Amino acid sequence: MTTDHQLTAERLTLGYGDRTVVSSLDLVVPPGAITVVVGANACGKSTLLRSMSRLLAPREGRVVLDGKEVHRRPAKELARTLGLLPQSPVAPEGITVSDLVGRGRHPHQSMFSRWNEKDDAAVASALEATATEPLADRAVDELSGGQRQRVWIAMALAQQTDLLLLDEPTTFLDASHQIEVLDLLTDLNRSRGTTIVMVLHDLNLAARYADHLIALADGTLHAFGPPAEVLTEETVRAVFGLESRVIEDPVSGRPLMLPIGRHHVLDRADTTPAGGSVRPL
Amino acid sequence: MSAPALTRPAPKEASPASVAAATRRRTRGASRRRLVILVLAVLVVAAFAATLMAGRTFYPPGDVLRVILGEQVPGASFTVGRLRLPRAALALVAGFSFGLAGVTFQTMLRNPLASPDIIGISSGASAAAAIAIVTLSLGEVQVSVLAIAAGLGVALLVYSLAFRGGVVGTRLILIGIGISAMLDSITSYVLSQAAEWDLQEAMRWLTGSLNGATWDQTVPALVAAAVLTPLLLGQARNLSAMQLGDDTASALGVRVERTRITVIVAAVGLIAFATAAAGPIAFVAFLAGPIAARIVGVGGSLLVPAGLVGSLLVLVADFTGQFAFGERYPVGVVTGVLGAPYLIYLIIRTNRAGGSL
Repeated sequence: MTTDHQLTAERLTLGYGDRTVVSSLDLVVPPGAITVVVGANACGKSTLLRSMSRLLAPREGRVVLDGKEVHRRPAKELARTLGLLPQSPVAPEGITVSDLVGRGRHPHQSMFSRWNEKDDAAVASALEATATEPLADRAVDELSGGQRQRVWIAMALAQQTDLLLLDEPTTFLDASHQIEVLDLLTDLNRSRGTTIVMVLHDLNLAARYADHLIALADGTLHAFGPPAEVLTEETVRAVFGLESRVIEDPVSGRPLMLPIGRHHVLDRADTTPAGGSVRPL
Repeated sequence: MSAPALTRPAPKEASPASVAAATRRRTRGASRRRLVILVLAVLVVAAFAATLMAGRTFYPPGDVLRVILGEQVPGASFTVGRLRLPRAALALVAGFSFGLAGVTFQTMLRNPLASPDIIGISSGASAAAAIAIVTLSLGEVQVSVLAIAAGLGVALLVYSLAFRGGVVGTRLILIGIGISAMLDSITSYVLSQAAEWDLQEAMRWLTGSLNGATWDQTVPALVAAAVLTPLLLGQARNLSAMQLGDDTASALGVRVERTRITVIVAAVGLIAFATAAAGPIAFVAFLAGPIAARIVGVGGSLLVPAGLVGSLLVLVADFTGQFAFGERYPVGVVTGVLGAPYLIYLIIRTNRAGGSL
């Protein structure tokens, strides 16, 4: 698989009705890397992702994939290169895991083509990669939240796209399942070179798993770059309106954000920005 | 169940064993589907043949076949050729149209309550047909045209009333039920104005009936089904993708709006032509899809199985209504008796689950 797909947004302005959500945004998605979009609620993260995958037409500007505007490309052809897992996909009642994953093959099939070995191989590979093969005959509604999320990712993998966009793939998952899903996506990126762009709520997980962070504030690009550059106390203040301390994560070496609220802040806590060391609690 | 750790790198290619397992699961599902469709088709043909042979007078298969081939058989030519054949053909095609259109709506709107006979499309076609016949005294063709226009109009009205930056199934269903009730009261009013000799005929627009079916009624419905069925079947895969939600379907390369419009026009056309010929045979559109899903499973497309279940339902219900009781009941009364408990069951189950519709 090639990893050199160029996905860019040029002066992109997006909105619903008379509300502008994203205005005049320029962005180059680094190919072959994991890019995570962070920002406050309703800052346009999902809207940006929807637009990059053709689900929302831009008001102004354009989204370009490999030199061609995504909104002008044939839908199926685009769906063979660029996949999206939306925030709340719907599983038909009673559908089995293997049937659901098989639906990911849609863009590779035409009205009259028969299901072939390539499709079987893609489904098998997606089930293996997400460790959902033991669940293949189970009904999706019977699964736990974490299992279900892995099944949806398997469906997106069966689509076999070089670019994969995910809208909050870890919502509703407990801590261990969140890590499991993010590890899985990192595996994919490392072993297949899949370019991944996802929206995450948890800043610290975002900083840990992203090669590049995009911080959105009020529909504009506030900061873009490696987590160590983007996740700073200034960014957190500007993007979330929150005071914080950012220290080095002792596990990953990435930045770790510790919010400073009105309660539960030790008198002796070092809340002065930058420089100080963490005190043991 | 604890999830396995995913520390190893994801494999690039699936192992031959898991590819074989995927093939096995797929072929197992496909062959079961084929078998079910075959069995349903055989049952439909058997029911069709049975309704041609049996009745007040029994005609052996040989006589029936000769009548169908155009030979003159004393007695049978009239009873089978003029009375039973158009009636059975109408049962077959109306049932198929209702079943196919019903499951299409249920699939597209992801809700078993979203069938055209619940959300007012059948009622619209029915009311228009009643007005056309009783009030305007129009002929067959005009009745059909008016019924189809009304069905489409109601579909459009319900859709646009429910539209608020996207369509939510629940709102559409509730609006549809309301409109349906209004239209049914229009039908009742028109019928109350009907001359006594029109009443028997007009009653068909309330529950659906195949009484006195003629080729003039049956042929338009047959032609519509022959044209619109392939159009719908061509959208089967897109519909399956749309079951996963509009965003997921778009991400899979489906032109969601285009598919939705094609499918609505085709399904409403089927419903309207069938309703113009046989009346809104109660609950067939509503029941066929869920029954088909029970038999085939939800993995693949339900369009063809639901059409066949619809045909079978109408053929058997019409025969039952004619001969099982002392009196003759229109087919819609029999299907209504079958369908109402299922509707109640669905509503109770939804309430228990604490969900909205």
